[in-house]
Order: sequence, then C-alpha cells, then structure tokens
Amino acid sequence: MTDLADLSIADAGRGLRDGEFTAQELLDATWRRAAVTEAHLHAYLVLDREGARRSAARADEELAAGTDRGPLHGIPVAVKDNLSTRGVETTCASQILAGYTPPYDATAVERLRDAGAVIVGKTNLDEFAMGSSTENSAYGPTRNPWDTDRVPGGSSGGSAAAVAAGSAFAALGSDTGGSIRQPAALTGLVGAKPTYGLVSRYGLVAFASSLDQIGPLARSVPDAVDVLSAIAGWDRHDATSYPGDVPEMGRSLDAGVQGVRIGVVTELMGEGIAPEVLAATASTIERLAAAGAEIVDVSMPSTEYALSAYYLIAPAECSSNLARFDGVRYGLRVDGGTVEEMMARTRAEGFGPEVIRRILLGTYALSAGYYDAFYGQAQKVRTLVRRDFAAAYEQVDVLVSPTSPTTAFRIGERSDDPIAMYYSDVCTIPSNLAGDPAVSVPVALDGTGLPIGFQVMAPQLGEEMMFRVAAEVERSAGFSFRAPLATSEVVEP
Amino acid sequence: MPVEIDIAKVAALARIALSDEELAAYGAQLGVILEHAERVQALPTDDVEPTSHPLPLVNAFRPDEVWPSLDRDDVLSQAPDTVDGYYRVPQILDGP
Repeated sequence: MTDLADLSIADAGRGLRDGEFTAQELLDATWRRAAVTEAHLHAYLVLDREGARRSAARADEELAAGTDRGPLHGIPVAVKDNLSTRGVETTCASQILAGYTPPYDATAVERLRDAGAVIVGKTNLDEFAMGSSTENSAYGPTRNPWDTDRVPGGSSGGSAAAVAAGSAFAALGSDTGGSIRQPAALTGLVGAKPTYGLVSRYGLVAFASSLDQIGPLARSVPDAVDVLSAIAGWDRHDATSYPGDVPEMGRSLDAGVQGVRIGVVTELMGEGIAPEVLAATASTIERLAAAGAEIVDVSMPSTEYALSAYYLIAPAECSSNLARFDGVRYGLRVDGGTVEEMMARTRAEGFGPEVIRRILLGTYALSAGYYDAFYGQAQKVRTLVRRDFAAAYEQVDVLVSPTSPTTAFRIGERSDDPIAMYYSDVCTIPSNLAGDPAVSVPVALDGTGLPIGFQVMAPQLGEEMMFRVAAEVERSAGFSFRAPLATSEVVEP
Repeated sequence: MPVEIDIAKVAALARIALSDEELAAYGAQLGVILEHAERVQALPTDDVEPTSHPLPLVNAFRPDEVWPSLDRDDVLSQAPDTVDGYYRVPQILDGP
C-alpha cells in the first residue's frame, strides 16, 4: 500500500472526503516521514507540531460537518522561512533574525490557512533567499534527497527537499532569480513562479521587491496549480499586487498542445548548458512536436546580458531593503557606543558572507558616481529583456528552455566561487526581469540518477497556457521517479 | 580587469563594521563580480528607457477605510530594547 505521505493532493483530498483516512492521519504520515528524512536532509528550520495538530483536527471537524474549503483542506504543506507566520519563529535563515516571532501572517500564509491547509513548518533557505544551493543558511545546509552529498538548489532548497522527500505534500517558496524553479529542477519537482503581482508579497521578507514572487513547489502540475490558485489574488496590503481577476490556471491541463506555438530560446540551448540537460530538453521538445505543437527557434539576444543586469538590480534593491535590519526593531542587537556603531556591529555580526557581499555590491552600484554606469545601465538592459520577450510572444504562445544549466552539484563545489554559483540562474533570471510567469517540470534523470528540469515561460497572466503546456510536458515525459530517500528504507544516521 | 573600488567607503555607507582583512577579501570579490556586471555597459542603450518595475503601475488607490493596525505591544515585544511604548537606542543627542 502507498504510504499516505506519497499521495498526490488530489488523491489525498479524495481519501479525506471518502472517509478512508483523516487529516490527522495524513499529518501523522508526514511526521513519520519527517522523523526519518530530517536527520539526513535538514529541510526544516521549525516544525510547528502543535499548530499543525490543531489545524488538522479542525479540518477533520469541518469536513465531517460538510464545510469544504477546497483542494488543500486538510493537506500538510510547508512554508519557506522568509514568509511571516504569526507566533512561529521566522529567521530567513539569518542570525540577525534569530528568535524573531512575527506578530502577523503573510497574506500567502493566511490564504493557505483559509484554504484549510495544515502548515507543518518553516523550511530552510539561503540566508534572505540569497543563493542557489541552500548552503548559505546560518543554521546549516539542506541536502538533496536524491543524493545527500549534493545540494537541493536554492534558495527555496528546504521547501524542495521537504516535498521531494514526502515530509510535505507541497510547499511555498519565493523566486527572485530562479529560487523556486532551480531547486524544483534539482529535486524532481514542479516549481512555478507566477506573474509578478499575482501573489501578494505582504509578509514576505523583501529581498528585491521588483523581482520577488511567491509560488508553489509540488510533486505534479495539478498539485502546483491547486496551491497557486489558493494564494493568488489582489491584496489591500500590497499595492503592487495585481488588481484584476486571477487567471483560470487549471482549466486547460487536459487540452494538449495541438497547434500551440512553442519558441525555443536559442541562446539557452548551447554553451554553458550540460550535454545531458541539453539532450533531455531536446527530447522534451520533440515530444511536444509529436503531440502537435508548432516548434519555432527564437533568438533573444539580451539573454546573455540578463545575468549581469540581475546581479546589479537585485543587490541594489537588497541593499535598500535590508537597511531595516539595524538592531532597533527586531532580532539581534550588538551594543556600541553610538547608534551608528551599534547598527554597524549588529549588521556585521548578524549577516552572513553572501548577504554582506550583496549589500556591498548594491551599495556600490547605487552610490554617487557609479549609479548611471551600473544600476541605471542595468535597468536599461532590463527594458531590452522585456522587448525581446514582447517580440518573441508576437510569434509564439510560450517559450521553453532548460531550467538549470546542470543537475544538482556537490555540497561545497561552488561555495567559494560566487560567479559559478550565480551562473546557476542564467535560464531563470530573464522571466524575473520581465515579471513573467515560468514553471519548471521534471523530465528525465541524468546518468547519475539526478533529475533534470524543463522550463516553460509565458507572457504576463499567461498562466493558463503555461500550465497547459507544462501538463503536456509532464504527461509525455512520464517522469514517475521518486527521490531514493523517499522510497527506500532509511535508517537514522 | 577586476574593478577597483573603495571598499572601506562602501562598507561605511552600508553600515557594516568590517575588519581590514574582511574589507580586503570583500573588495577583491566585488572587483571580480563587477568585472562581469560591467558587461551591461557594452550594450548601446541611448534610446532605451530604464525599467524599474515589471508592472505599469503608476499609483494604487484604495477606499479610505479604517482598519486596525498591528497591536503595539505585539510589535514592540520583538524589539531588543524598549521604553514606555517606544524603541530605545543609544543616545543620539548631547544631554542638556
């Protein structure tokens, strides 16, 4: 019999409603899995056993009484630890927020609760979501359930490891330059970054406000759609949230791709991409063509400059956003004789090296005399990226590429080389600069048994078409592998 | 060529107290990162407007309705030091 922890959200929901098991039993299955896998992975920073128990009990009562909150009702989910949770410690994996317990829920968290989801805990991340491996956590790295010598990607690596290992049915992540999609690719999951503004950022600890978006990591396209549908929509607390109607995201999952025009980004199909990733991407495209899609090569010349522009824009916004961590209102304070000394010492002690590196980089890019040459120029390149996308979407419905240039790399392999680490995001960054939605879908394993992700990008509010193509990618790939850690008898180390 | 920067000045602007060794290490790393970032200067952009935000939002209005703020005690409970409902910091002005 299938372990309850491995069910899809739809199957778990069916079982709950048919009385085969209760939400409390689903939660127990999740705890049993976590008891085994956490010792190997460190996916979670906090497990909220008491809060989750109460939510599961309430879900059982409501469902028994005929109150149905929809597909997530009674489903155990995890939340990245840069999303505020009332009464549950939220550190962003930083020493500077050690002990911080938010007095409010992020809107995305509140909407999960309203949808009846059972929030089991807070997942590990690169400190303040800055990184691509989850090695930059002040509380220790997360490991990949496919191979515990390797990283799960980042920055939403804890969310990815938890869902891949079965210690959550789905999870929220945040994506500033690929932080949902790249870890999804490296752990064999579906990870979606929605259109900028579709999900409120209220309560998401800000990294780069014009790029950050919250989205789901899940074990299938329909599961991801269920989670995203629950959290999307305008919010009075976020003036940059999208005020119109939320697109119907799951309506066309079974529609296939007959006649759909799919553009292949030629700049992301060559140098710098691992041969096995390229081969898996090419066979996925062939299967889409066989299913009736029209395949077109599309050139986006600005792509090769997008990474450079991102590593000016994101640090610039981060240096401004992280100014609030000054030892006054929350978290760590290191005493000093003057206010300035107190702040400067607090920040030196509280922030880890990658965060300091990006704050310094952003401060420099914004400083007098360098602003135009660096930040100003990067913003103009951002316009060129948007123009390239706009031109491409006159010809095609969606664009496709690999998600990550490589499969999961070894822990420590890139930690001393920021440039190599930054290159992890080369395929995912353009969609953040444009504010467009994009999703990663697992399509194959490489020769060493590590998952490969395939990226589908769409224009703003094009989620319906994006998930329609993603669902065809998922069906045609037949990717049914599970992380070894989630399927084998594992013993306490 | 790595970009030469006055790292001590940048750290002071960022309010991060770093040792001389740390400053040297970050200065060298930033020089290499900026060498890559400088590639953005290679593109001709004379007629290009900068993009600061992905949505064409100019202003966002809401109905003028009152709703409760966060509870002050809840919020202050997270602060390292408070007094009489305020945040307390080291003295910033000379006494009388």
